[in-house]
Amino acid sequence: MDLLNALVAFLNFVVIPAASYGAQLAVGALGVTLIFGILRFSNFAWGDTMAFGTMVVILFTWLFQSLGISIAPLPTALLALPFAILVTSALLLGTDRVVYRFYRKQKAKPIILVIVSAGVMFVMNGLVRIIIGTEEQNFADGGRFLISAADFKAWTGLAEGLAIKGTTAVTLVTALLTMAALFWFLQKTRTGKSMRAFSDNEDLALLSGINPDRVVQVTWVIAAALAVIAGTLYGLDKSFRPFIYFSLLLPIFASAVVGGLGSPMGAVAGGFVVAFSEVVVTYAWKKVLTYVLPASLAPDSLMQLLSTDYKFAVSFSILIIVLLFMPNGLFNKGK
Amino acid sequence: MPDPFLIGEAMTGGYGATDILHDCTIAVEKGQIAVIVGPNGAGKSTAMKAVFGMLTLRGGSVRLNGEDITKLSPQDRVARGMAFVPQTHNIFTSMTVEENLEMGAFLRRDDIKGTLEQVYHLFPILKTKRHQPAGELSGGQRQQVAVGRALMTQPQVLMLDEPTAGVSPIVMDELFDRIIEVARSGISILMVEQNARQALNIADKGYVLVQGANRYTDTGAALLADPDVRRSFLGG
Amino acid sequence: MNTRAITLFAGVGMLYVLTGVLLSWNVSLNILILGLLSAIMALGVNMQWGYAGLFSTGIVGSIALGGLAVVFVSGQPVPEAFAAGGWQAIGGLAVAVAGIAAAVAAWAYMAPGRSRNLAVAAILIGFFFLYRGIFDPAVERIEAFDPATHGNIGGFGLNSIWAWPVGGLFAAIAAWAIGKIALGLREDYLAIATLGIAEIVITAIKSEDWMSRGVKNFVSLPRPWPVPYEVEMQADPGFLAFCTNWGLNPTTTSTLAVKGIYIVMFAIVLGLLIWLLERALNSPWGRMMRAIRDNEVSAAAMGKDVKRQHLIIFILGAAVVGMSGAMYVSMLGQLVPGEYTPLRFTFLIWIMVIVGGSGNNWGSVLGGLLVGWLWLIVDNAGPLVMGAITAGMADGPLKVHLVDAAPQLRLLTLGVALLLVLRFSPRGLLPEK
Repeated sequence: MDLLNALVAFLNFVVIPAASYGAQLAVGALGVTLIFGILRFSNFAWGDTMAFGTMVVILFTWLFQSLGISIAPLPTALLALPFAILVTSALLLGTDRVVYRFYRKQKAKPIILVIVSAGVMFVMNGLVRIIIGTEEQNFADGGRFLISAADFKAWTGLAEGLAIKGTTAVTLVTALLTMAALFWFLQKTRTGKSMRAFSDNEDLALLSGINPDRVVQVTWVIAAALAVIAGTLYGLDKSFRPFIYFSLLLPIFASAVVGGLGSPMGAVAGGFVVAFSEVVVTYAWKKVLTYVLPASLAPDSLMQLLSTDYKFAVSFSILIIVLLFMPNGLFNKGK
Repeated sequence: MPDPFLIGEAMTGGYGATDILHDCTIAVEKGQIAVIVGPNGAGKSTAMKAVFGMLTLRGGSVRLNGEDITKLSPQDRVARGMAFVPQTHNIFTSMTVEENLEMGAFLRRDDIKGTLEQVYHLFPILKTKRHQPAGELSGGQRQQVAVGRALMTQPQVLMLDEPTAGVSPIVMDELFDRIIEVARSGISILMVEQNARQALNIADKGYVLVQGANRYTDTGAALLADPDVRRSFLGG
Repeated sequence: MNTRAITLFAGVGMLYVLTGVLLSWNVSLNILILGLLSAIMALGVNMQWGYAGLFSTGIVGSIALGGLAVVFVSGQPVPEAFAAGGWQAIGGLAVAVAGIAAAVAAWAYMAPGRSRNLAVAAILIGFFFLYRGIFDPAVERIEAFDPATHGNIGGFGLNSIWAWPVGGLFAAIAAWAIGKIALGLREDYLAIATLGIAEIVITAIKSEDWMSRGVKNFVSLPRPWPVPYEVEMQADPGFLAFCTNWGLNPTTTSTLAVKGIYIVMFAIVLGLLIWLLERALNSPWGRMMRAIRDNEVSAAAMGKDVKRQHLIIFILGAAVVGMSGAMYVSMLGQLVPGEYTPLRFTFLIWIMVIVGGSGNNWGSVLGGLLVGWLWLIVDNAGPLVMGAITAGMADGPLKVHLVDAAPQLRLLTLGVALLLVLRFSPRGLLPEK
């Protein structure tokens, strides 16, 4: 029995990675849920919007690096965020003007908008691949580790190390600030409240004099910010490859559906539910169990419930369970 | 004779190809209550929606305070001082009572505290529940929120589409009392009602519609006294 | 078929002829084969969307399952590996299915409440460990056998034409499962759920080496009857004599002949399908389907079981797509899991259906042939176009980058094409009557 080492291993391999992945999913799911709440469709172009935003961040990061601008030990990408949000907002507002607005005015069925968003997905995907290519890009600079495993072992004398990557800290802090800012905006500002009103009851919002075009525009700008931030945090933590961002759609949708599409609070909770389930199910528990169990019972297999290849199966199963038993999500009462 | 404060005159129109309204006229004077009654499918709600600009008229006009507003959108009419309370889906269920009222005042840029207090004075229960989500309130309280939201624009005309649908008789009487109170403050009221007898009781003017056309038009008291109206529309 | 349809088909035909004349007949026929397959896939999708208004994003999953069927039906038997753990692995999977069935049954027959929840959870967890206990060691032994060339349980080694219906069956079973869950919910949920199931199917094909050899690819699958191999033809004296008689090059002729046979076979399947579908569409059943699609509420009010009809059409559509997936792999002779990307096999098929004309079978065929041609021709023409654009530019990194990016142009082009069609001609090139 060695509970302390077991706990450290558990923190290092399960809690920390899941928390940072969960934060990335939560920010991404906020965007999906916001677009669903206001524009009333599931945006299949979302993964590629994130990829586009991240690409712009990478381009600005390269520019700043070539100019010698740095905010070390923080990654230069953080400095690039505002610029990328501007560019991505312009793209989304342009897309809305050229593409989505027409269907909105027509009051087209949501499924038509979903198909339209698939068309937008193709265009954005093509743009990203043409501009930056299909190769993997690593753009994380700045401090590598806040605490390295070796340091931790030296301080504590434990066999297990606890490493906190710089990007993990950046992810958690940035995601937290983003969520706090968004919730403050939605709860406290006039525009934010008008967005909630529009999402709740569009006809009544119109009767109250809320300008639908303005609500939609603000939504796209916020969505752009969320896409850029979620994409960048994911890219800093792992790496940037355009096709990976498409496959993030599933866990992000799952997060949004778990919390109830249209509910921002639910999206955040959903992000962490999906991330923790994914990590817990695909983590090889052998190490932790070896510390906890007596030597005679120590496992000789990996004690992994599901191979990491199948991590999407976890999001999918959660999605299905929620759809079957709680179609409105965990946090949506009534309706 | 000068124009009434708000009048929809000789309105003809409908949603699709067929007309629902035929040369129908509805009007209300300043600070008075006008009630539209009639059998099911008589076009009561449609007449009111026509006054509010929610359907395109093929004939007739709508004038507010002498100004022709026939071509204005509902949103523009809100800005001109008209407020509308739909029959259903008339509150923001996920938002608190106070937020509902704030959204009513969305177009206003001045301080809304005074109006908020007036609404709370009119509907005291809303003040105690102001931080609760409106969707958790009872039916009668929801109607109060809906009326309160409309009053937040400081309208000159308040239009209510069956405000007492689905509430108990006690709540209905209470709501009618409040509506009278609102009218006394100088706001014109135009409402569609299923409960014809009670509504005509408080009405300065009553319109009985049948098949989208005016059948009887008189003061509320006169209509209540008219044996024909009583027999045909008030159940004897 | 009206004049508009005939003109459009003739136009698409001209594209193929021009490709043959200007580029090469080999390329043109290659594209035609894939175009015909795409047309069959588009027909399946059109059944789901055009007849029933169901939007599935899991097309690639059905196609991959069809491909997997070829591995099982026609893969070379590997008796040693199968003996090592074949039955046990199948038994493990059977246990997994039994576990899910038991959980569903418990859910259906027990009274709602905590004891039901606990029972279902206990069944699922218990069966999961049982399944892993049986399945894992079997897989380990199978994969240990000659991993460089086998490491899989092998197939029945049958002619791969038998795999076509089996592929349809595989896809139909998957569609039944997902349809049971996601049909009847919001339309978007079906789209999201099918995206997920497709992702899982492809993961399985990529990582279950014992079954499909995973990313090592499954090669040398036999061709379907009666397609011959070029080398055999070239060794056949009769064929050689024929070539000498007509003054033909045996190599080119055999290649073109093989392609021609595929084209005829696929065209026959396509023709049969259209015939069946057109008959079905004009039957009382077809009229009911369209009534349901156009107004679900009133159809339900008239006593039609909307959900059941949706499930049926969803399964049938998936079966057609799955069959085309099997045809594709039997034609290629190998299963390459890395090929199955949603962009290529889900959303591209969607573009075919919508551009061709939702709800119209001939439209789907036209869309398949036209968009299929566009998609593949850009591979050849894209670099040429980009070369022309950049010809005036000085050599440098930008030019290199642009020329490298040329293949990606087709994503952009097709996305724009889809958006334009949706906007300006939402009923497609050949609108539904």
